Amino acid sequence: MSHNVFAPWDDPNAVPLVEIRGLLKRFGDFVALDHIDLNVYPREFFALLGPSGCGKTTIMRMLAGFETPTAGTVKLEGQDLAEIPPYSRNVNMMFQSYALFPHISVADNIAFGLKQDKRPKDEIAARVEEMLSLVQLGKFAHRKPHQLSGGQRQRVALARALAKKPPLLLLDEPLGALDKKLRQETQFELMDIQEKLGLTFMIVTHDQEEAMTVASRIAVMNEGKIVQVATPNTIYEHPNSVYVAGFLGEVNLIAGKAHRLDDHHTELHWAEGEPPLRIDHPLEGTDGVDATLALRPEKVSISHEEPQAGLCRVQGTINDIAYTGNLSIYFVKLSNGVIIKAQEANSRRLEHRNYTWEDTVWLSWRPTAGSLLLQ
Amino acid sequence: MGQGLQNRIVILLPYLWLLILFLAPFGIVLKISFSDTAIAIPPYTPLWDWSDIRGFFAELDFENYTWLLEDDLYWKSYLSSLRIAAISTLITLLIGYPMAYAMAKAPKNIRPTLLMLIILPFWTSFLIRVYAWIGILKNEGYINIALEWLGIIDEPIMMLNTDFAVFVGIVYSYLPFMILPLYATLEKMDGSLIEAAKDLGCTEVSAFWKVTLPLSMPGIIAGCFLVFIPAIGEFVIPDLLGGSDTIMIGKVLWSEFFRNRDWPVASAVAVLLLLILIVPIVLFQHFQQRAEQN
Ligand SMILES: Nc1ncnc2c1ncn2[C@@H]1O[C@H](COP(=O)(O)OP(=O)(O)OP(=O)(O)O)[C@@H](O)[C@H]1O
Ligand SMILES: [Mg+2]
Repeated sequence: MSHNVFAPWDDPNAVPLVEIRGLLKRFGDFVALDHIDLNVYPREFFALLGPSGCGKTTIMRMLAGFETPTAGTVKLEGQDLAEIPPYSRNVNMMFQSYALFPHISVADNIAFGLKQDKRPKDEIAARVEEMLSLVQLGKFAHRKPHQLSGGQRQRVALARALAKKPPLLLLDEPLGALDKKLRQETQFELMDIQEKLGLTFMIVTHDQEEAMTVASRIAVMNEGKIVQVATPNTIYEHPNSVYVAGFLGEVNLIAGKAHRLDDHHTELHWAEGEPPLRIDHPLEGTDGVDATLALRPEKVSISHEEPQAGLCRVQGTINDIAYTGNLSIYFVKLSNGVIIKAQEANSRRLEHRNYTWEDTVWLSWRPTAGSLLLQ
Repeated sequence: MGQGLQNRIVILLPYLWLLILFLAPFGIVLKISFSDTAIAIPPYTPLWDWSDIRGFFAELDFENYTWLLEDDLYWKSYLSSLRIAAISTLITLLIGYPMAYAMAKAPKNIRPTLLMLIILPFWTSFLIRVYAWIGILKNEGYINIALEWLGIIDEPIMMLNTDFAVFVGIVYSYLPFMILPLYATLEKMDGSLIEAAKDLGCTEVSAFWKVTLPLSMPGIIAGCFLVFIPAIGEFVIPDLLGGSDTIMIGKVLWSEFFRNRDWPVASAVAVLLLLILIVPIVLFQHFQQRAEQN
């Protein structure tokens, strides 16, 4: 492995900043976090992704010190956090509800933590100035929070959490209320700050694109469990389950029975009378196991002519076409009723499109394009 | 059209209420304060004589008000009332705040019960509750008996008929009026603000001073007004629990009305009391609004 790639999670000697072991959290009978194990390394930009109510905020609150584990341990910089109150943790959190102090101005909100640390006056002033310009709120420094729009408030909350430049910053949906342009700008600003200051960020987001953009690694959660932790690329290209495949981006799922061809190749029998699909991947389960082929729409090509040999292929009829400007998505119905999405870039104008409704077409992809999922 | 009329009537109703139940009686009191005593029923020169409007204005005089300024009894009782009311309000705040805070922090399901307990004393007559304090505070009362039995004192401590008893009476009687608005503001306060303060380095105590207390200011102000204003004019408590040297304007008012039967002077006392209260409150609200706008 080369030295300039940032991947401490692959390095057995790397010391994690956050170490979560067997973390269990119950609210009454309800299990909010179900035996979480997680390492977050210094300088990571770690994203938590998952449906509403899966426990993302609960993990953050655990790290910030507002929830106590029912079982398990949480360590920060090697130190068990169990006995450490929120105010002495080297962690700052941006609250999902912003939690801005309504009785003081934007500037005072941002300065709050610095004043609490008794930093020198001019340092505080300089830092507040820096934060205000970062979130583009210089003009609003003297307003009270209730005089701001939702997006502006969100930026104040972000600035306040960033102001102390904590070793670990927890961001609970920090950009949700911003418009696309400002959100992208802020994403890049965040990555920039994180890199420049060498901080570690943990971010919760509902926006997969955002997670893919900013994160060094993503943890996909479901019902209090972590389903997969990996780099954005791995999560997207090699999801470990149907759940993860479906959670990030569009995916085609073809279910069938997997049979071992040899040590590196597998066949998926997906419908009576149809040739099996070849997959260039070893079968991890027993021969004949139920399996699902997950295939991203952009990896599926559409054509009138029969595809060249060596590609996986299926035939079907175009059921529907979605036009999104830069892309067209074809919904192709196979013989067994399954609908496969194929995505093409609109390199030609709409009038010159080759395919139309009810056309019989071939879909094809490389045998390495899909992932075979057993669960 | 009909909608507009309805709206106007709805808006008019509170004003009508205010007019009939506050402004009209106040006008009458004001008028009486400008008239002279007379041996009659009621004991002052007639309120108006419709036949002679000019004479009505000519008859107005400020004699009663100059009298209030000349006799230092009145000034002293105004000042003493302000002092007693201010001290009682402060004590009520110091006792009421922790209670309201504890109530707001209590588990949700027991809060209604706690609220009931605060309101419960209202189910007994105010007068009876004040009388009950006589039994507790007097020389042979429960406190002295208990202290003597414990051997802490030999001689009973004189508590009844002192300013102390008046403070006890006012604080006890008006405590709910302090607690309720405080509880209302503390209860609806967003708990995540405290968490945010702690997250930024505040201990429990400094989070209270920097966040909870400033945010509960509206409740503090409302509670203080609700206690301070009626306490200034309080009559029953100083009369029953206070001593002969506890002078309060309510007592003066009462003796002018019923002992001296000098309704005009009594009315002047009442009007002046109202002014003393209203002017600072209006000024305060004015500044409050200005501060909020900035
Ligand atoms: N104090 C609490 N008491 C009871 N249940 C709670 C409490 N806090 C959280 N929960 C429950 O725990 C689960 C996880 O909550 P959490 O706030 O972590 O979700 P989340 O993943 O952040 O969701 P969202 O994306 O909607 O913010 C939810 O089902 C929630 O109802
Ligand atoms: Mg959440």
